Amino acid sequence: MSEELLVTARDNALIDPGLHIWTWEVAMYLFLGGLTAGIMIFAALMVVRHKDEIAPFATTRLAMLAPIVLSLGMTTLFLDLEHKLFVYRFYTSFQLTSPMSWGAWILIVVYPMSILQILSTLRSGYSFLAVFVDRLTIGRLILDWCERYRKEIALTIIPFAVMLGIYTGILLSAFSARPFWNSGVLGILFLVSGMSTAAALVVLLARQRSEKDLFTWIDLVLIVAEIGLVALALISLASGSAQHLEALESVMGGSYTLSFWVLFVGIGLLIPLLLEALEISGVNKSLAMLAPVLVLIGGYALRQVVLDAGQESTWTNYQTQYNSELLQRLQRSD
Amino acid sequence: MRFVMVIDTRTCIGCGDCVVACKTENKVPEGLNRDWVVEATRGTYPDLKTEFRSERCNHCSNPTCVTLCPTGASHLWKDTNIVLVAPEKCTGCKACIAACPYDARLVMHPDGYIDKCTFCHHRVEKGLDPACVSSCPTRCMYFGSIDDPHSEVSQLLKTREHKVLNPETGNDPNVYYLI
Repeated sequence: MSEELLVTARDNALIDPGLHIWTWEVAMYLFLGGLTAGIMIFAALMVVRHKDEIAPFATTRLAMLAPIVLSLGMTTLFLDLEHKLFVYRFYTSFQLTSPMSWGAWILIVVYPMSILQILSTLRSGYSFLAVFVDRLTIGRLILDWCERYRKEIALTIIPFAVMLGIYTGILLSAFSARPFWNSGVLGILFLVSGMSTAAALVVLLARQRSEKDLFTWIDLVLIVAEIGLVALALISLASGSAQHLEALESVMGGSYTLSFWVLFVGIGLLIPLLLEALEISGVNKSLAMLAPVLVLIGGYALRQVVLDAGQESTWTNYQTQYNSELLQRLQRSD
Repeated sequence: MRFVMVIDTRTCIGCGDCVVACKTENKVPEGLNRDWVVEATRGTYPDLKTEFRSERCNHCSNPTCVTLCPTGASHLWKDTNIVLVAPEKCTGCKACIAACPYDARLVMHPDGYIDKCTFCHHRVEKGLDPACVSSCPTRCMYFGSIDDPHSEVSQLLKTREHKVLNPETGNDPNVYYLI
């Protein structure tokens, strides 16, 4: 036998008995951040490819959602901070080796870009809003400028949106102390998942048949790619060292097996893949709206499962004989 | 300067005085601990081998908690390997906690910044040993610079068999255990 027992009190909140520093707030941020990246990428791609006729929603209206979704995500991220008043410290330095620092600065760049993206299609997408902007001379000039350079704006946005999508995965994969996250595939997996959820959102919100069909196709391709990346991530863990094998156990019989395979792979990938394939082949269209909803659920499930399983994977595994409830009994009630 | 701690597992009895000394010296709030004692038992009865280890932050030479900190709050003290946290730069994002393979960090309450063992740098500055080392009743703990070949810690590591915890992490930890 080999037993490592903590014999002095150690009950550090969020760390003992097992690491649980990040909960739904961070998972939600990773999900919404990826969704924002996908929204901006598709809105930009549709502009670049002149898809105004085939996909009017994605070309002219989708971009409006980017800052809204991103703000929601940043709100949940802020909720997670333990030392909230010092949040401005993200912007008093740049740490080259910290993906989180990169992320903080990427967000600062992405925000104004998404505003430019909205303005470049405001007149065609949100004419009722454009009327107000056009009343001011400066507003009219800005809209004119953004419209004239809408293709250039879109092309500039794409690399930054891709960075936003990838960074949420790199953020986790940089933690060598958490073997489950320690795979380079994670960045690309989160990017593809983010794009897939954005495509699903377009299918849900677009009204035109041609647009729904186009994005169902796009989503189908992305889901196939995502399945491949999930397989690669698992293979990478399965061919790793003892710590990686132990980490893999958490989704291969361990505590996250059910949520990983049923919620993420089953409900989030395979069922929507099947439904979308049936829809495209024209066999069954009655459940067409279910697929995008499942994709969105799956996108969140991926972040939550990866976040939880990663925190469970560790280098140190102490059992503790310390019962924190005993401390409460020692406290006098005076 | 590279500071190391050397702990003799052959004379440690697991009394936990180091833990009490740390809490007293550094006023660590109730329920939180910067150091702890592990009793590791290996073998099959009746051939059992027990080892006591007083553990804390390893003040690694490759501190992943410092490299991954987004604000520079986690930093090295002067030109040493002593890892400190500057509370006024810390957002409480907890990246450093996830980055530590030894789970040696904690969230300070009620404030919310991240806290950890400091190797009692405020004592080291005055030429004193960390509180845990100076209070050890069996004198099984040693502290000093490994850069000085004549220091007690250098001599011990030259003459005694020793190990560090999970060297496979690549963090290059600086708390040594004599075995």
